[in-house]
Amino acid sequence: MISFKINGKPKMVDVDGDTPLLWVIRDILDLKGTKFGCGKAACGACTIHVNGEAVRSCSYAVKYADGKVVTTIEGLGTKEKPHPVQQAWIEEVVPQCGYCQPGFMMATAALLEKNQNPSDDDIDKNIINICRCGTYFRMRKAIKKAAELKSNSLLNS
Amino acid sequence: MKKQLTIPILLTLMLVSLSIASYSEEREEGPDSMAESASETSEANESVIAFNKMMDVLTHQRCVNCHPSDHIPKQGEDSHAHRFDITRANSVGAATNCNTCHQASNNNISGVPGAPEWSLAPHKMRWEGLSRAEIAKSMMNRKNNGDRSAEDIMHHLTEHELVLWAWEPGVDAEGNPRELPPVPVEEYIAAVKKWIELGAQIPEE
Repeated sequence: MISFKINGKPKMVDVDGDTPLLWVIRDILDLKGTKFGCGKAACGACTIHVNGEAVRSCSYAVKYADGKVVTTIEGLGTKEKPHPVQQAWIEEVVPQCGYCQPGFMMATAALLEKNQNPSDDDIDKNIINICRCGTYFRMRKAIKKAAELKSNSLLNS
Repeated sequence: MKKQLTIPILLTLMLVSLSIASYSEEREEGPDSMAESASETSEANESVIAFNKMMDVLTHQRCVNCHPSDHIPKQGEDSHAHRFDITRANSVGAATNCNTCHQASNNNISGVPGAPEWSLAPHKMRWEGLSRAEIAKSMMNRKNNGDRSAEDIMHHLTEHELVLWAWEPGVDAEGNPRELPPVPVEEYIAAVKKWIELGAQIPEE
């Protein structure tokens, strides 16, 4: 049995330890917000957080999640209280088809935890997911807005 | 006149006796000296053979791909630049870093390689483009090698899981097995130990 906390809830799964965490999240835990893109850790659609670090869940064996804290897009914020990244994404109307966006938002949330005011270069080096709709320009604006919203919310709290 | 002749005769006798003594010493020490010399030659040859076997591995792309000289990790048998513009800026501490994709073991479902402490070698440990002797000099220089002694280097090269990963590199994204270094792991380990044991001599190029 492999146990971990996902979006604040403890879970135990009885699967082969080499099963990709993505399959466990989508097929066993029925959290469909995290997407399957390439299956080769190349596109970033499956990005989630494990102990606060961004990982590509299609290439992350579930055995490595044992005893850790997992966060998916469903656990990033709520409708009532969206995460600054989700809020910025809504305000900048970023998504087109939307399929890759949860991965981009999770990667961005991880970036802002380490870098509160990312430059264009920081964004280029860390947000390397792939969007076939080409929403990169709107995403860049949203990432900067998210940094602003996050820093304002920190100031207010 | 008699006195004048005596001095050269005495000098000649002295020289002859010195020569005989010297010849006699050579004859007495000759075989041992030759044996020592042969032993030294044999050790030197062994050291060069061990060095070259070790270097056949260390200059293979399984090793050099993560010892770049330009801050860009390389991938594959052709050592192309790592996809997605990954550079040293994505090392430990960045939001998107090596461990975003690479875990502690190979992932044979996605084809992403992995091993404990998967990371890029520091810039001062760069090997890409260097000759065998240059790599060895840098590797044995405590200023470049993380202040490791020759024995530390021996342990690192023969025991560290990330180094030994080279013989268990898993499959690539297409499911094809990655190329192994050209020397079997046991032979490589023996060669490293022999080279260090014989004084870690770096052959002239």
